[in-house]
Amino acid sequence: MSILEATASQLLDAIASGTSSAVEVTTAFLNQIERHDSTIGAFLHVDRVGALKQAAFVDEKRRTGKPLGKLAGLPIAIKDVVCTRELPTTCGSRILEKFLPPYDAEIIRRLRDADAVILGKTNMDEFAMGSSTENSAFQVTRNPWDPSRTPGGSSGGSAAAVAAGMAPLAIGSDTGGSIRQPAAFCGVVGMKPTYGRVSRYGLVAFASSLDQLGPFASDVAGAASLLEVMAGHDPRDSTSVDRPVPEYSRTLEQPLSGLRIGLAGEHFAEGLDPEVASAVRAAADVYRSLGATIVDVTLPHSKYGVAAYYLIAPSEAASNLARYDGVHYGHRAAKFDGLIDMYATSRGEGFGPEVKRRIMLGNYALSAGYYDAYYLKALKVRRLIRNDFDRAFEACDVLLSPVTPTPAFKVGELVDDPLAMYLSDIYTLGANLAGLPGISLPGGFSKSGLPIGIQLLGPPFAEETLLRAARMFERETPWHTKRPTLQVAS
Amino acid sequence: MTYTTIYSTVVGLEVHVQLLTRTKLFCGCVNRFNPTQPNVQTCPVCLGLPGSLPVMNRHAFELALKTGLALNCKIPKLTKWDRKQYYYPDLPKGYQISQYDLPFSSEGWLDIVIEGQASRTRRIGIIRAHLEEDAGKNFHDESGRGGESLVDLNRAGTPLLEIVTKPDINTPAEAHAFLDELKLLLTYLEVSDCNMQEGSLRCDANVNLHIAVNSGTVATPIVEIKNLNSFRGVEQAIEYESRRQFDVWKETGKKLGEVSKETRGWDAERGVTFGQRGKEEASDYRYFPDPDLVPVTIEDSWREQIRAGLIEFPAAKRQRFETAHHLSHYDASVIVAQGRSFADYFERVVAACGDAKQAANWLTQDVLREMKERQLAIETFPISADVLGALLQRIVARKVTVNSGRIVFAALMERSTGSQPAGVEAVDAIIGEKGLAITSGADELAPIIDAVLAANAKIVADVKGGKQQAIGALIGQVMKQTKGADPQVVREILQNRIAAL
Repeated sequence: MSILEATASQLLDAIASGTSSAVEVTTAFLNQIERHDSTIGAFLHVDRVGALKQAAFVDEKRRTGKPLGKLAGLPIAIKDVVCTRELPTTCGSRILEKFLPPYDAEIIRRLRDADAVILGKTNMDEFAMGSSTENSAFQVTRNPWDPSRTPGGSSGGSAAAVAAGMAPLAIGSDTGGSIRQPAAFCGVVGMKPTYGRVSRYGLVAFASSLDQLGPFASDVAGAASLLEVMAGHDPRDSTSVDRPVPEYSRTLEQPLSGLRIGLAGEHFAEGLDPEVASAVRAAADVYRSLGATIVDVTLPHSKYGVAAYYLIAPSEAASNLARYDGVHYGHRAAKFDGLIDMYATSRGEGFGPEVKRRIMLGNYALSAGYYDAYYLKALKVRRLIRNDFDRAFEACDVLLSPVTPTPAFKVGELVDDPLAMYLSDIYTLGANLAGLPGISLPGGFSKSGLPIGIQLLGPPFAEETLLRAARMFERETPWHTKRPTLQVAS
Repeated sequence: MTYTTIYSTVVGLEVHVQLLTRTKLFCGCVNRFNPTQPNVQTCPVCLGLPGSLPVMNRHAFELALKTGLALNCKIPKLTKWDRKQYYYPDLPKGYQISQYDLPFSSEGWLDIVIEGQASRTRRIGIIRAHLEEDAGKNFHDESGRGGESLVDLNRAGTPLLEIVTKPDINTPAEAHAFLDELKLLLTYLEVSDCNMQEGSLRCDANVNLHIAVNSGTVATPIVEIKNLNSFRGVEQAIEYESRRQFDVWKETGKKLGEVSKETRGWDAERGVTFGQRGKEEASDYRYFPDPDLVPVTIEDSWREQIRAGLIEFPAAKRQRFETAHHLSHYDASVIVAQGRSFADYFERVVAACGDAKQAANWLTQDVLREMKERQLAIETFPISADVLGALLQRIVARKVTVNSGRIVFAALMERSTGSQPAGVEAVDAIIGEKGLAITSGADELAPIIDAVLAANAKIVADVKGGKQQAIGALIGQVMKQTKGADPQVVREILQNRIAAL
């Protein structure tokens, strides 16, 4: 077995049985990072020492017969938006360039409890604002399938790390599609759980009512195992839901009988690449061949999704990012004249253009006299969008849709066209507005050899259904087994 | 000439009260006044570190609900948290978690009594009360040399109740009376210690005038006075501001709505309000619901459970002391104003001695005097309510005189100042030791009275002849020869004996 090509489940088995040690596995991934990350740019920080120490600790635990956690010895890459104690957490921003959190996020605590190995922190669009990872203040991440293209975003570093075999599992965050879209661009599995399923404690907020952490893996089983550890109630997050977590990995292989797959006409809108559309239709055929029924549903308000999203998310972001003022931590300008200027200059230097754009949008939408017309109206639209989904899920169990309008676009292609960049979230942000779970999984390749993702959406807390449905498709198709050929930097 | 006849002052108060919780409003940090060790009562949440999230302190919310109910407010079924956004170094998140359009209580009132030759009751409306987190504290270089400013976040995130009155207050004395009554209520409820020195009660006043003119009345622009750090200061500031606004109006004629609302500070030393530099621009707090917190549903059962747990309010207690214990309004007010423990002490003394008037006299005079002289709280007063009750019971039962009682009281004070407080048995022991027991038995008095009557034939004849006041001399002589005789008893016996002569 090649460690780098093995699935997360295979690695877990190998470590548990002693076929491979955690140190061997971790070393293999660290070496892969060393070999390829100078071209890919997935990682902002690699914790080689910490990872090997933790791997040795897991091996020692195994040797002495102590019980092992659910992810024992498995290396995991963490999007740099998740607080890790004494490990840099920059959110891809200059303003947090030197920030070392004094505490671990709840999901990091859970990963450590499960004996996972934290490999390092991955690149992202600054404060998770973007769809290409080009908004990082530090580096561009390239798509392992074609380095001239973006890996998507904002969790592009995590998606690229898994696709390039630099980590078997990774964590991302999804506010409007930031896990599912890069998963689709990079040909891996990415899942956004129901809002409230995974604790946000220690996830640096972009838009609090939309943000949710989720797993990346090369296959559905990996995502299921990781989600099982991440999910669960956390009393430190008031929006976390107190509801038992099913053992997703245990039921994964059980196909769903009588599965009803919904297709919404609104998901095949103008601008959808024909190759993407046919991949989705082909997926519907696979399900039909497995005995599922395909039903047509309608999501009449989805056309207002992008508008509502780009009012709600920036409004919350403008508020959430107010704390980066140069007073208590983070970047402070070297020269300033008085308090107001200290704020303005520190923030002016610390934030990139996309973050500034959204802060301005958000503050405008919340201003006196505009609140009702923008923010409040957007909240009403959000409710209507949720109602659409609720109605649709009366007729079907899961919705099948595209993840993105096109396969991965070129680096630099959309940087000067923010509106076109925003539209790349058109099929994903509905799940965030409605708080629903969604999964993106490999659904084929374009003629030019780029991965195409398909998306399954479900009602709240239907993660188990989504994972089982995704596994049904995965078992019938070869897409998840494909790996990109990486160019070795000279 | 005074102008008060042609204008009336209109005042609304905004009172901020820190709640007596063990921990802060949205995190587990201890809620304690600690100015000497800055930034030790902090955690990622109250420091506003990236990724941290607030969780509501249910106890703080219950204290707030308690207050809302005590202020006769309407309590909605649903309330929520909003972010009030502004930049200041003592506000680490760049927003304060507060309540904007759905506060946990609104439309209440508090009755106050304005003491005077004719005491009168006034009902002051409460517009709303809401809960919010307090900010930290900034310390600036006062020397003006531009030294570094420092920030202490120990206070950041502590629970703060904001109570806003209607503009129902018309005089400085009413403002003072309102604050006295509010403070008393909040300390009775154990919601806050209302300690102004430590900043646990802060007050701003909105003041303007309604001036009588030929065409009716005109209102002057509203001025908000900040930094009022004593009740006396509130009174003085309103007084000063009324005169100032009248002078300004005479000079400029500017009316409400013609100039923007002004914020003025209060200089307690000079006794004047002063204009504070206007903010750079009108502030827009960009309120919106905090997505990190869920709305709070106040079930009827929860509200009623809180209501059922409410103790007797000061106003009701005063009323009961007047009707059930027949105290004067003055005595009832003095006792209730000393706080809940003092009023409880009073009631235990009454229960032990059976005479509320006697108990009230002793508490408002002897006990309060000793507390003041020795700087004691009633909780640490050396004579327990049971012991004082036992002493007063002896007085009521005419076993000792009031004067002897004072001697016993003083002895009890001396005896109890050590670690060992005196028990009830000490009362009779002291009476015995000092021979203060009233020798009320006619048998014991008989020979003494016989002797006095025999030796004072002239006075006896005067009394018999109708000079009733002459009997005092006889009583005095008997008293001199006995140690603890009850003068009332002596008088009776003497009267009977003389009448029978």
